[in-house]
Amino acid sequence: MHPILKLLVQRIALGLLLLLAVSAVIFLGVEALPGDTAQAILGQSATPQALENLRAQMGLDQPALTRYFSWLGGVMTGDLGKALTNGVDIAQAIGQRLGNTLFLAGCAAAIAVPLALILGAVAARYAGRWPDKVISAVTLTTISLPEFVAAYFVIYLLTIVFPVFQPVAIVFPGMSFWAKLQAVALPVIVLVMVVLAHMMRMTRAAILNVMQSAYIETAELKGLSPMTIIWKHAFPNAIAPVISVVAINLAYLVVGVVVVEVVFSYNALGQYLVDHVTKRDLPVVQAVGLIFATVYIGLNIIADVTAIIANPRLRHPK
Amino acid sequence: MSEKLDWMVARARAGKMSRREFIGRTTAMGVSAALASALFTKAAMAEPKKGGTIRVGLAGGESTNTLDPALAASVVPQVGNAQWGEQLVDMNPDGTIDFRIGEEVSSSPDSKVWTFKIRQGVTFSDGKPVTAEDVMATFKRHTDENAQSGALGIVKGITDMKAEGDKLTLTLDAPSADLPYLLTDYHLIIQPGGGYDNPNAGIGAGPYILETFEPGVRYVLQKNPNHWDPNMGHADTVEILSINDNTARTAALQSGQVHMMNRIDPKIAQLLAGAPGVEVRRAVGRGHYVFIMHVDKAPFDNNDLRTALKLAVKRDEMVEKVLGGLGSVGNDFPINAAYPLFDDTIPQRTYDAAAAKAAYDKSGHDGSPIILRTAPGAFPGAVDAANLFAASAKEAGIPLQIQLEPDDGYWTNVWNVQPFCASYWGGRPTQDQMYSTAYLSTAEWNDTKFKNAKFDELLMKARAELDDTKRKADYSEMAYIVRDEGGLILPMFNEFVAGIRAAEIGGWIDDPNAEMMNYRAPSKCWLV
Repeated sequence: MHPILKLLVQRIALGLLLLLAVSAVIFLGVEALPGDTAQAILGQSATPQALENLRAQMGLDQPALTRYFSWLGGVMTGDLGKALTNGVDIAQAIGQRLGNTLFLAGCAAAIAVPLALILGAVAARYAGRWPDKVISAVTLTTISLPEFVAAYFVIYLLTIVFPVFQPVAIVFPGMSFWAKLQAVALPVIVLVMVVLAHMMRMTRAAILNVMQSAYIETAELKGLSPMTIIWKHAFPNAIAPVISVVAINLAYLVVGVVVVEVVFSYNALGQYLVDHVTKRDLPVVQAVGLIFATVYIGLNIIADVTAIIANPRLRHPK
Repeated sequence: MSEKLDWMVARARAGKMSRREFIGRTTAMGVSAALASALFTKAAMAEPKKGGTIRVGLAGGESTNTLDPALAASVVPQVGNAQWGEQLVDMNPDGTIDFRIGEEVSSSPDSKVWTFKIRQGVTFSDGKPVTAEDVMATFKRHTDENAQSGALGIVKGITDMKAEGDKLTLTLDAPSADLPYLLTDYHLIIQPGGGYDNPNAGIGAGPYILETFEPGVRYVLQKNPNHWDPNMGHADTVEILSINDNTARTAALQSGQVHMMNRIDPKIAQLLAGAPGVEVRRAVGRGHYVFIMHVDKAPFDNNDLRTALKLAVKRDEMVEKVLGGLGSVGNDFPINAAYPLFDDTIPQRTYDAAAAKAAYDKSGHDGSPIILRTAPGAFPGAVDAANLFAASAKEAGIPLQIQLEPDDGYWTNVWNVQPFCASYWGGRPTQDQMYSTAYLSTAEWNDTKFKNAKFDELLMKARAELDDTKRKADYSEMAYIVRDEGGLILPMFNEFVAGIRAAEIGGWIDDPNAEMMNYRAPSKCWLV
C-alpha cells in the first residue's frame, strides 16, 4: 500500500474513534449541566406533576446509559432522532442549517484565504518597511476586536451611516444566490476581519523563514524580481505551516462563529446549537457536536496529508 | 388618557364606534366637543390601506419553538400564533372583552354556568367551518395534562363542557365572574378538532394563513381572503423575523429592514426616539419586576424584617435607572391601574431609611448578611436593580448582599428554590387571576410561599361577587394584606416599549394587554 494511502486510512480510523470519544464527552457534559430538558422547557411554570409527565413523554426517566446507547445505535443506523423540545426531525433541521453554515464559511474563506496569502507575501516582500507595517497594524487591529464589537461596528457603519447592507442576515430557500450573498455580506466582512491576521502572519513568517536560504540568494543573483522569487521559489517551500493555519481557520469559520451568527440572526448551526443547549436538548446537541467534531477532525486530516504531499522529504520517506 | 383616546380613534376608524358615542366618550375625558368632532372626522377618513408586506422584527424566538399554541411561551410564537389563529374571546385595549369566535356570552346568576354563542360562517384555513365542537375540543385538549398547556391552570376549573348547535356551555367547579377574561389567554387558539390530530398543524381561523414556519428564524403568512373581520389583516403578507440581538433588531428598524420591533432597550429608547423615521411607542402594562422572599424560611419568616427590606428600596431611582423612566413604581402588591377595580387610594410605599432601620432592629436579625440572588436574565436590568437595592439598604443599615447567579438554569435552581431572589411576572387580565396564580395558599406558582387564610377567603368571595363595588372593596383589602404581610417586594411595573416606522405604519394603538398590541400588531396595522 502506498504510504500516503496507508496514512490516510490510519488517520480516518483514528478520527472515527475520536468522534466516538467526543460523543461520550458531550453526553457527559450535558448530563452534568444542572437541570434537564423538562425543567428547561417548563422553566418558571414547572410543577412536579408537569415535570414528571414531560420526562416520561420524552424518555428522560430512563437511566443515562440506556439513553446514550440507544442514541448511539440510532446514529450508527443513520437516524439522528427527533429534537426533544419540538419534535422536529434533527437530520432535516440540521441539513438546511449546515448548508447555511457552509455557505457563510465558504464566502468568508473565498475572500479571506487569497487575501491573507497575497497580503502575507506583500508583507514579506517589504518586510520591515511601511507596507508591511500597515498590513500588520490593520490586520492585528481587526483580530483584536471582539467579534461582537466588530459586528456592531460594521452594522453601524454599513446600515445606518451608509445604508448599503441589511443588518439581519436571515437566508431562506427560494432566495436567489445574489440575494443570499447580499444578506451575508456583513457577517462575511466581520469573519474576514477576524481570521485574516492569523493566516497573513503565518504566511509572512513562513516566507521570511525560507527567504534566508541559499537557493533564494541564487535566485536573487540570477536577477529574478522579488515577487517572482516569493511566488515561485519561496512560497512552495513555505506552504506546509500555512496550510495547517488555514485549516484551523476554516474549521473556526464552520464551528466557532456562533457569536457572529447570533448578532446577525443568521440561521445556521451555531445558533441552533446554543438554543438547544439552553433547553438541554441532548439529541440535537449530540448531533451538532458530532458534525462540528467531524469538520475539525476532517480539516486537520486534510491539512496533515497536504502538508506531507507538499514536502518531498515526507512524501518519499527512506 | 392618550392611550384611551388612541383606542377610541382606532375604534372610530374601524367603524366600531358611532359619531355620537365617540363624541360622548371623548368629551367625558375632557376633550372639547369641537375637537372631538374633528377627531372623529379625521379618524373615519383615515381608512386602512390594503396590500403590501409588513415585516416585523422580534426578540424572543428560539429554534426550539413549535406551532402548538399550548406550548407558546415566548413572544415570537405568541405573535406568530395570533396571526394564523383565532380565539373564542380576546381583550380590547380598554380592558373590555373583544368577541371573536364567541359572538356573545351569558351566565347563570351564580356565574357558574357560562354559555357562548359561536359565530357562524367562520372557516378554518383548510376550509372547514368553525363549530362549537371545535372550541370544546380545543379547551378539552388544554385540560389534558399531556398537552403541557400553559393554559392548564385556567381551563382546569371547567368541570363540564357541552356543545349544542351554535352554543357552547361551560360549567365551572366554583363561581367565577371573570371566566370570559380567563379565556382570553393566548394559548387558547381554536384548532380544528381541538388540535388533537396534529397540534403543530398551524391551521386556524385567523386573519392570515401560515405559509412558512422555521423555528427561531421566521414566519411567513398570507392574507386569509375568507376572514370574517374586515378590521384585521390589511397587508397581503406578514413576515415575522426572529432577531434576538438588541443592536441588530434596532438597526433593522432604523434601516427599514423591518417596520416594527419589540423590546427597545430602555437605555437607548430616548436616543432612538430622535432617529429619523422611527417612533418609540410605550404601553403601560401589568407586568412587573420583583424581589421575592419565601415567608416560610428564615430570616424572611419575620414580618419586621420583610417590612424593613420593603422600606429600603428607592423605587423612583430604580424606575429611572433600570427602566430608563419607562415604567412606574410598584407598591408591593401585584396590581396597578391597568387592572379593572384597582384601588388607587392605597398609600404608596416609599424609601424611608429611619423606618427601615427601626423595623430591622425590631426584627432582631443577627446582623449576618441577607443574601439576594439575581441573574442578568431574571429580568432586564435585574443585576443593576439588585445593586441599587443593596446600596439603599446599606444606607438604612441593612446588610443586604448580592449573589450573582448564572442565567442558565436560573428558573430551575434559584427561583422558587432559594428564599430570596429576583424574578418577574407578566400581568394577567384580571386581579382574580393574578392573585389566584401566585398568592393563593394552594397556588402552584406561589413563589413567596404566602399562606393567609383571610386572604384566601376574600379571594373566593370576590370571585363569585357580581357587585363591582363590593368586589373592589375585597380586592382592596387583599392588596393591603399582600402589601403589608406578603413576601413580595415589587419596586416597579415595566412598560411594553416597541418601535415602529411611523411614516410607513398606520393603525398602531398602545395596548396594555401584551407586547406588540396584544400580539396582533401585524394584522391590526397597515402600510400607509
